[in-house]
Amino acid sequence: MGKLDSKIPQGPLAEKWSYYKSHQNLVNPANKRRMDIIVVGTGLAGAAAAASFGELGFNVKVFGIHDSPRRAHSIAAQGGINAAKNYPNDGDSIYRLFYDTIKGGDYRAREANVYRLAEVSNDIIDQCVAQGVPFAREYGGLLDNRSFGGAQVSRTFYARGQTGQQLLLGAYSALSKEIGKGTVKMYPRSDMMDLVVVDGHARGIIARNIITGKLERHAAHAVVLATGGYGNVFFLSTNAMTSNGSAVWKVYKKGAFFGNPCFTQIHPTCIPVAGDYQSKLTLMSESLRNDGRIWVPKYAEDAEKIRKGQLKPTDLGEDRRDYYLERRYPAFGNLVPRDVASRAAKERCDAGFGVGNTGLAVYLDFADAIKRLGKHVIEARYGNLFQMYEKIVDDNPYETPMMIYPAVHYTMGGIWVDYELQSTIPGLFVAGEANFSDHGANRLGASALMQGLSDGYFVLPYTIQNYLAGHIHEPHFKTDLPEFEQAEMNVRETIHRLLSVKGTKTVDTFHRKLGHIMWDYVGMARNKEGLQKAIPMLRQLREEFWKDVKIPGTNEMVNTELEKALRVADFLELGELMARDALHREESCGGHFREEYQTPDGEALRDDANFAYVAAWEYQGENAEPLMHKEPLAFEYIEVKQRNYK
Amino acid sequence: MDLTLKIWRQASANDKGRFVSYKVNNVSADSSFLEMLDVLNEDLVIKGEDPVAFDHDCREGICGACSLYINGRPHGPDRGITTCQMHMRHFKDGETITIEPWRAKPFPVIKDLMVDRSAFDKIIQAGGFISVRTGGVPDANAIPIPKRDADLAMDAAACIGCGACVAACKNASAMLFVAAKVSQFALLPQGRVEAKERVQKMVAKMDELGFGNCTNTYACEAECPKEISVANIARMNREFLVAKVAAPKDK
Repeated sequence: MGKLDSKIPQGPLAEKWSYYKSHQNLVNPANKRRMDIIVVGTGLAGAAAAASFGELGFNVKVFGIHDSPRRAHSIAAQGGINAAKNYPNDGDSIYRLFYDTIKGGDYRAREANVYRLAEVSNDIIDQCVAQGVPFAREYGGLLDNRSFGGAQVSRTFYARGQTGQQLLLGAYSALSKEIGKGTVKMYPRSDMMDLVVVDGHARGIIARNIITGKLERHAAHAVVLATGGYGNVFFLSTNAMTSNGSAVWKVYKKGAFFGNPCFTQIHPTCIPVAGDYQSKLTLMSESLRNDGRIWVPKYAEDAEKIRKGQLKPTDLGEDRRDYYLERRYPAFGNLVPRDVASRAAKERCDAGFGVGNTGLAVYLDFADAIKRLGKHVIEARYGNLFQMYEKIVDDNPYETPMMIYPAVHYTMGGIWVDYELQSTIPGLFVAGEANFSDHGANRLGASALMQGLSDGYFVLPYTIQNYLAGHIHEPHFKTDLPEFEQAEMNVRETIHRLLSVKGTKTVDTFHRKLGHIMWDYVGMARNKEGLQKAIPMLRQLREEFWKDVKIPGTNEMVNTELEKALRVADFLELGELMARDALHREESCGGHFREEYQTPDGEALRDDANFAYVAAWEYQGENAEPLMHKEPLAFEYIEVKQRNYK
Repeated sequence: MDLTLKIWRQASANDKGRFVSYKVNNVSADSSFLEMLDVLNEDLVIKGEDPVAFDHDCREGICGACSLYINGRPHGPDRGITTCQMHMRHFKDGETITIEPWRAKPFPVIKDLMVDRSAFDKIIQAGGFISVRTGGVPDANAIPIPKRDADLAMDAAACIGCGACVAACKNASAMLFVAAKVSQFALLPQGRVEAKERVQKMVAKMDELGFGNCTNTYACEAECPKEISVANIARMNREFLVAKVAAPKDK
């Protein structure tokens, strides 16, 4: 212990960021030209950071696994982005956005970071509008807002149902501008294989060219990871197919601490799993819960008949339905936060009331809203979502209720960073979903986009200079140092090992198995017994993987099976750390629900006396147990309360 | 359902390439087209054969990574969706499905069904942006924008950069892609400042990269998964003409 210094600046909460910026070290323009920064990832955080570094005059190299930086998974975000502009004059403020975010995270995030996030949120909207992001507008020509979960004000800016796409294209255009100028060099279809650490500082990466298989060494004065979340450890999630946890896992193994790995967000409204062939899950926007009512059959016999296709949901009268959210949470009803809604659906399905052919689905019913408002109103509000549902499920949601089920969506956990977004490896910065920093144990809707752009546009361009100012005398690094040699050799060996297994099972077979273990024991509800069972199961699966995985082809070609295998190998290890973290945290908070710790009526029971801290895990070697460090969370500016939605 | 797939196989950019037929059985009508290909690939891997390479990622129609020319149409038979959003219920049991990569000179094949679309990035790098730097910009509400213009800009900005327009066009023209970006910015006051330079630079880059010309068949609009309107091409032509006419003579 004592290793964790969160470097929170002095002064009152509202003045910390200004104080930091006025007292930090800067790098002068002549020196900026001589310094190199590597950015891994081209989503909101990565593209925004890289473009901003380029504008400042640094030499930037950006790496992405896609064919174009515009394809990063930020593009799939639907709902919107929060900011404390208070344009609707409904009582919003920086403090209120800060407060809602801390409370929504169930009091497991750092006050100073979250306050800064709320503070720069307004700058993000200004920046995006200047870039030509076509946000929704009112007839008077000013920006429109809508409301989202966990807030009493309308502070969400949006661009139809494609806000993530428009914000990413904004950042992509800024990045393209810098690539065109030559300040930024883009390496598409490039997979980061490892971090290179020289004398304790992050000094470069080893990247694999996905087309040729060639391993490349790249050196820099600092490295920024913006590689997203690790939700795909569950195999099925709303993440894109190639979203992965390998970059964060590699830096963890090189000494960066991993913060709160068990904090996973399960989104309540996704299209349910339909069959074994399924490759991913599709999210239906949270906004649907404004008008849809969630229910399951009241009697298990009816549920059984529905599962067998002998009964249709529309056959059941009101007296045979259980609107369980309205029953359990009369105050918030269908609009309880994501974690609460997800758990309640699971509880009903586990008790035998689930519908659909798998029994793992509940109804989201718009019949009342259609009766009340008319079909045209519902169509105007949710037409594109209803159409998307119909395309996938082949069922008309205007006539029969939608079926939904919770799915893995976002990981609040990630690499531990201090106030400067620097990890425990000096010179390694981590931004966006890849770090653990701002959402505590549960993220509010429309806050992920805010954090990615905040980190990329407005935090890193300052904090990275504070670090680089101490390294201006260092020349461009050479990549023939023994540390690069060693790192590349290790990667080469891992690839060789994987290709020489020549077993009998595909990578996806293992990934699916991993997903089942994670979902069953480290998913929406966890308990000691299950977690203790999961750890040896994961180890066994890992052993089996390294003995029996089958990867055709060689390294020197487009080899998607090899790419997947490298990622699954890391997921198999990361899953165990998640289980360990979940096991140690003997409380329920946000997305982490331990069945042993609940109130008599089944609500999450936090333990602030013993667990008001960030668990930061330190790697100790292949078969050794990781070491946990604690960063205590002190709440000086807000009163910590039990969340109550009844 | 049981299907026969005629798939374009090409080991690398230098390989000649050929169609290879595969059988896939017991395909669920509820699975997506790409999930059907996943099943084929699992089979191939087990047999020790090289799986079929194709680009894909989000599988919900927004990242623009997936492509595929299916039975002679980009993104397959249904309108207004990408390949990843198409489900197998659109096909008949026993059907033979032909699957090819995008075929256009500026999109060379990398392997099998994967093509190199970096030409699109190069066009954007040539001018598909507003030259503002981070920070120091006016308040977001300082410049009101008529809702109609903002909505039209959003219609154009919905482009996912998949390249179906180029693949659908007999001339391999990128006009719809370029026009969508030119239009988005031309419709907004923030983008007007550099409008003339932008359209000229982007069009010049498009020509330089070997994309063909527009001959008004509107195949691009018909096959666009985001149903981007060809009206954007008209707007771009107007912008281009104005820029050319207004250009100083000594340049």
